[in-house]
Amino acid sequence: MLETNPFSILAETVSPFAMQSFIIAMILLIAFGTIIQMIHHKNLTYFLNNAKKAKLQATREIGTGERVSILAKTAVVDIGTTSELGFGKRRLSHVLGMYGTIIFWVSSAMLVFCYTGADKSSSTIWSMLWHAGAILTCIGGYWFWFFLRVDVSAEAHPWYRIIKADLFVLALLACSTFGLAWSYAQFNGQVGLSFLFLTLFVTANLVLFGGVYWSKFAHMFYKPGAAIQKNLAEADGSRDNLPPPADAPEQFGLGIKREEPKHY
Amino acid sequence: MSTFVYMTRCDGCGHCVDICPSDIMHIDENIRRAKNIEPNFCWECYSCVKACPNHAIDVRGYADFAPMGHSVRVRREEEKGTISWKIKFRNGTTKDFVSPITTKPWGKFIPKLADGEKPNQGEINSQRLYTEPEGLNIDGELPVVPKDSFKKGVYY
Repeated sequence: MLETNPFSILAETVSPFAMQSFIIAMILLIAFGTIIQMIHHKNLTYFLNNAKKAKLQATREIGTGERVSILAKTAVVDIGTTSELGFGKRRLSHVLGMYGTIIFWVSSAMLVFCYTGADKSSSTIWSMLWHAGAILTCIGGYWFWFFLRVDVSAEAHPWYRIIKADLFVLALLACSTFGLAWSYAQFNGQVGLSFLFLTLFVTANLVLFGGVYWSKFAHMFYKPGAAIQKNLAEADGSRDNLPPPADAPEQFGLGIKREEPKHY
Repeated sequence: MSTFVYMTRCDGCGHCVDICPSDIMHIDENIRRAKNIEPNFCWECYSCVKACPNHAIDVRGYADFAPMGHSVRVRREEEKGTISWKIKFRNGTTKDFVSPITTKPWGKFIPKLADGEKPNQGEINSQRLYTEPEGLNIDGELPVVPKDSFKKGVYY
């Protein structure tokens, strides 16, 4: 199953053009939802105002070379490994979900545009990546959903309590789970189940990409921006008015380590 | 004045939710970031501000030492054992302070009362408190201020 392109089997009933159009429609929905959210929440204005304030409070100029190096470091460390989540389960689960989702989406596009259709060849690698991406997303996402959500682990709410902030993670999990279930059912020739899971897979995609305005989807665009701004502010001395790191006098010694927030 | 959260900095880790003594820091239902649900009940203890690993929480400070246009921010560095403050006045003056972290780990210095000796009736009736006078590092009797040394009437 893992080496089979589920879209090429689907192409026997649904035209590849329809599938490609669906992917383009989803990309347009992301762009539309993000732009509307940006206008309504004024996120861009906030970032620009912050940048202006930081420039006024800067104590030193950052050269182009240093700026590029900060951007590169932010991309690799802060964004690539979501370092703001510290060292622990939350970061690991986020990294699993993040890379799983990216692999899942990229491989979906590759499979549909390049390897689906009557005259197209098959690709074992992209098919395996598609399944691996979905599995990684499920591992990271369900781990977060059942065990790591702060409103569950720290605020003692039951795990089945659903709030608006769950729209993104639940839609993402539904996409990956139903995608895998559809691939499995289709591979084993279970026509009824295959149709059911395909319908749920498509619906989950519509909710995920159509709900960008209401969900946390756009955090994947804003968070990198915030990380870049934070690191630039540290470098130019404005530091969002924070004090500079202490020079650690010897007599102060090691302070106590904060505990994980799990006192309920 | 109360705490508020910079939403772009917060990652919803829950340290502030856990530490808030007033239980007013909660997770927002729409974006899963921290928020102060009852600013009127915030007594500006700065626990959440210090606990936040991303410096996402700020407080509008007291008007007496930091009036409008000011900023009071703190950076807690556990590995160095330091806590640093930066106070910025609205005329541009800034003051930086660095102090040691003096917080003790949970439960480390709590006396094990159940393991101690049971007090007798005389000790229970005594006006002395638990572990006095040895707990005050005093040998023998507690110091007494003679009553005739007191001034008469109300005084401050």
